[in-house]
Amino acid sequence: MQDSGSLGIITPQVARFDVPLHLKSGAVLDSYELVYETYGELNAARSNGVLICHALSGNHHLAGYYDDNPKSGGWWNNMIGPGKSIDTKKFFVVGVNNLGGCHGSTGPASMNPRTGKYYGAGFPVVTVEDWVKTQVRLADHLGIDQFAAVAGGSLGGMQALQWTLDFPERVRHALVIAAAAKLTAQNIAFNDVARQAIITDPDFYGGDYYSHGMVPRRGLRLARMLGHITYLSDDAMAAKFGRELRNGALAFGFDVEFEIESYLRYQGDKFADQFDANTYLLMTKALDYFDPAFQHSNDLSAAFRAAKANYLVLSFTTDWRFSPERSRAIVKALLDNELNVSYAEITSSHGHDSFLMEDRHYHKLVRAYMDNIGI
Amino acid sequence: MTTSSNVSRPDFAVIAAWVKPGAKVLDLGCGDGSLLCFLRDARNTRGYGVEIDDVNVLACFNNGVNVIQSDLESGLQSFESASFDYVVLSQTLQAVKNTERIIKEMLRVSSEGIVSFPNFGYWKNRLQVMAGHMPISETLPYQWFDTPNIHNCTLGDFEEFCHQHGARILERRVMNRDHPITFMPNLLGMLAFYRFEQQK
Repeated sequence: MQDSGSLGIITPQVARFDVPLHLKSGAVLDSYELVYETYGELNAARSNGVLICHALSGNHHLAGYYDDNPKSGGWWNNMIGPGKSIDTKKFFVVGVNNLGGCHGSTGPASMNPRTGKYYGAGFPVVTVEDWVKTQVRLADHLGIDQFAAVAGGSLGGMQALQWTLDFPERVRHALVIAAAAKLTAQNIAFNDVARQAIITDPDFYGGDYYSHGMVPRRGLRLARMLGHITYLSDDAMAAKFGRELRNGALAFGFDVEFEIESYLRYQGDKFADQFDANTYLLMTKALDYFDPAFQHSNDLSAAFRAAKANYLVLSFTTDWRFSPERSRAIVKALLDNELNVSYAEITSSHGHDSFLMEDRHYHKLVRAYMDNIGI
Repeated sequence: MTTSSNVSRPDFAVIAAWVKPGAKVLDLGCGDGSLLCFLRDARNTRGYGVEIDDVNVLACFNNGVNVIQSDLESGLQSFESASFDYVVLSQTLQAVKNTERIIKEMLRVSSEGIVSFPNFGYWKNRLQVMAGHMPISETLPYQWFDTPNIHNCTLGDFEEFCHQHGARILERRVMNRDHPITFMPNLLGMLAFYRFEQQK
């Protein structure tokens, strides 16, 4: 079960915050909880903290296992651990489930203390800026004034960027992987189809399905199936599934025939069993709303004027959901501000999902960058 | 300043001597980033390298040098006009496909350009051509069929090129290993260095 460089058994912790949180939408949360995990040791100078921000369907469980359960490996086990690219012998790594999540942090499936009922549809829409605010409070709770690095892929990379904009004194390096400074119309379109699949599921009950004892499984499953297609590349799908038939012959019906159908349905089912539909809606909205250039007349370079961090920006050649072009736009804005930045475009066939995959060159780049971070 | 790499890379020392302390430098085709390291240590410069090759990009990461992975041939769109003090093309000019475009881009993004290249007019090269073969030498180590050096030139060629393309040459150094060459440089020089700016 445990590969070399494994962290062993990990236990999540919960931090409770009772200072009201004013959200970008204008809504206020009186109190909330964040579930988080840590790996490695915080050094005496408290200078070796690394925050890992998760993407749409991720959570706080980055690495290691729970209770000897071999299926409970963290989502970034291949990247984080002792001797790995993000080395827990050097760094104190923190993973947190974002506000609005469904893995232990306060979210739509939590009880609203004001009403004594589930938040459900009443849970406020949260943004990347809001998440960063809550992560800063977690840093305070952990006694970390300044992270050595904040890192993330996709939506996680957006949070890493936002940290350097809102709290330039509290982060020295940002690792922005397979991310974008804003979504394209096409990207928002995919997100909206996913949301519509959930919202129009008869079991959704306007978001209050918890009190009806229902789960909008069909909608969530469809949303995930659609998302999954966009996270893979055409080439990767062709290589993995091609036109392979499940039973070797056409059945002239609408049950599963092609292997790709089987795969997508399996992924959809698995996801619908473990993820909350309201959280999915919130996460996609946070993606859609992210646009730091907006308040600077759409000038991304102007948005980074206050930034001080050093940046690593990585993209993957076959990622068409967050294409290299989107990363190059970030790099351009950083260059315009004379910030330290390195950028690599990694050749990979796995599309957007590449950032989660074990790739020797990718992991070497991250390791080299992390090794040069002084603590 | 003398460092161990200073001794092994006299070509870096020539470039460093031209670069003002604290300058902002862009190194095109920066390889493993060793020139940028050298300039950082010798002249306290800051800046970026541009490199296409994966292995070199990783080496830059290991050397702690800012590197942007990109293809020089597709231009320098990531860099604003007049945003650097120097843009360097160190022993890469001869391997660039679109020479006119790269020189034009260098003059756009930087107040001064620095170029170094192996002098095809070096007497040993000429001798080999006279003997009926493409030259293979210390500075041109490749066989004709697998060389990346597709645009070899002599000092005379480059100076004419600059004149025709609006680049005013500010300074020239010619080297034979670590010796400066002033007498018959187009014949006796192995490596040529030029510092130039946009013709005003």
